Amino acid sequence: MNGFFDIPSDLQHSWLGLIGLHLREALIPVLAGLVLALPIGQLCVRVRWLYPPVLWVTTVLYAVPSLAFFVVLIDYTGQSETTVMIPLAVYSLVVLVPAIVDGVRSVPQETLAAATAMGFGPVRRYLQVQLPIAVPALIAGLRVATVSSISLVSVGTLIGNQGALGNLLADAMFYHRPVLAVNSVVTTAALAIVIDALLVLLRKVLTPWAPPASGRTRPARRLLGRPAKEGTALRPEPAALAVQDTAPVKDTAR
Amino acid sequence: MNVLNFINAFFSDSAHWHGYDGIPHRLLEHVQYSLIALAIAAAIGLPVGLITGHTGRGGTTLALIATAARALPSFGLLVLMFVLLGLGLLPVMIPLVVLAIPPILVTTYEAVRTVEPAPVDAARGMGMTEPRILFQVELPVALPLILSGLRSAAIQIVSTATIAAYVSLGGLGRYIVDGLYQRNYEKVVGGATLVAVLALATLGLFWAAARAAVSPGVRRS
Repeated sequence: MNGFFDIPSDLQHSWLGLIGLHLREALIPVLAGLVLALPIGQLCVRVRWLYPPVLWVTTVLYAVPSLAFFVVLIDYTGQSETTVMIPLAVYSLVVLVPAIVDGVRSVPQETLAAATAMGFGPVRRYLQVQLPIAVPALIAGLRVATVSSISLVSVGTLIGNQGALGNLLADAMFYHRPVLAVNSVVTTAALAIVIDALLVLLRKVLTPWAPPASGRTRPARRLLGRPAKEGTALRPEPAALAVQDTAPVKDTAR
Repeated sequence: MNVLNFINAFFSDSAHWHGYDGIPHRLLEHVQYSLIALAIAAAIGLPVGLITGHTGRGGTTLALIATAARALPSFGLLVLMFVLLGLGLLPVMIPLVVLAIPPILVTTYEAVRTVEPAPVDAARGMGMTEPRILFQVELPVALPLILSGLRSAAIQIVSTATIAAYVSLGGLGRYIVDGLYQRNYEKVVGGATLVAVLALATLGLFWAAARAAVSPGVRRS
């Protein structure tokens, strides 16, 4: 692996600098998506008829390819980081809204009734009861959003070297140094896996009541069975990957 | 609206409708790449998902493989394959297939695994063989979710196939990549529009397929 960390000087960053840049370009959009998705999700839970149209809009947005998205935005935001980050924020939003809605809806009526009986107002009930119970579903959505965001930043290299670690790919072709492409792929993948693991850890910290997930029981049945009736057919990214995450909560909540 | 002007200019220019770099030819290329990749991914993902879902074993392993595959950046993989293998269809197919397998595999597994156990037990009690249970009881019930997995795989393939143009292949990405180099934004926006429309058409196609293939009983319940 000769020259693995030899980053061409035209990128104006060291290897660690590129990682930092990559994380910034990938994570700020996810955060922005989360900030937008929380109120939208809550609105969809409150106003039931709003959910299907919201799902349709988000599904359509999700279908727009990232490169097409980037390119159309160049006209407005130029060849800058913002151009890369806006589509990523939209994709995160699209993944997170169904996750939040499903999570909040999975809170059993009895639990809500108990909270109300204890004198919780709507705001406190949302923050202290519904949101914590929705955390596993939310983190599951965040995992999907973060990993795809990290992977998609690389495409930014096509619109004027805004791809952080992806810029190594352009240089790999330009200077005929395959090792740079290896570096880009391996580093990006490792970054995604590390952040994903951190999110799993975060879920464990935030949901101390949840029993460890086990593959033997089939706790996901109810959770998946129910949304399938309402809107799974519309859902952009099947939350299935994340189901392992969400599974235990339903059980404990009951 | 600048973008609308670009779109209008691109599609009204008759030069864009003929020959090797014409819209029909590029569209065909794009659809070809996408279909081949989807077929390969489905040929791998569906059987494995059905079998693991039916037996209920290997879920943890599947989730691990899927997370790992998802972590691989498709664009990076494409360039890497191109640098290592040179020009051809193979370097494009590898990242597209790697991209498409996780959604197909994991949704199929979850869809089959989460079928209500009562009808499955009933079928078993009636003496149905395991393959018949899988194909005649579990598959019809799981179909909507399986199709949604295939759909998100297809859409991701259609979006990502754009990138093939970066390594000198065809497809609709040609307009975007060439346009970017030539500073011809009319071409870029036109290409982007075509890809978006194709992705939406895919969405519609799967919606229609779900309407046609899913039995009404399953759809309602």
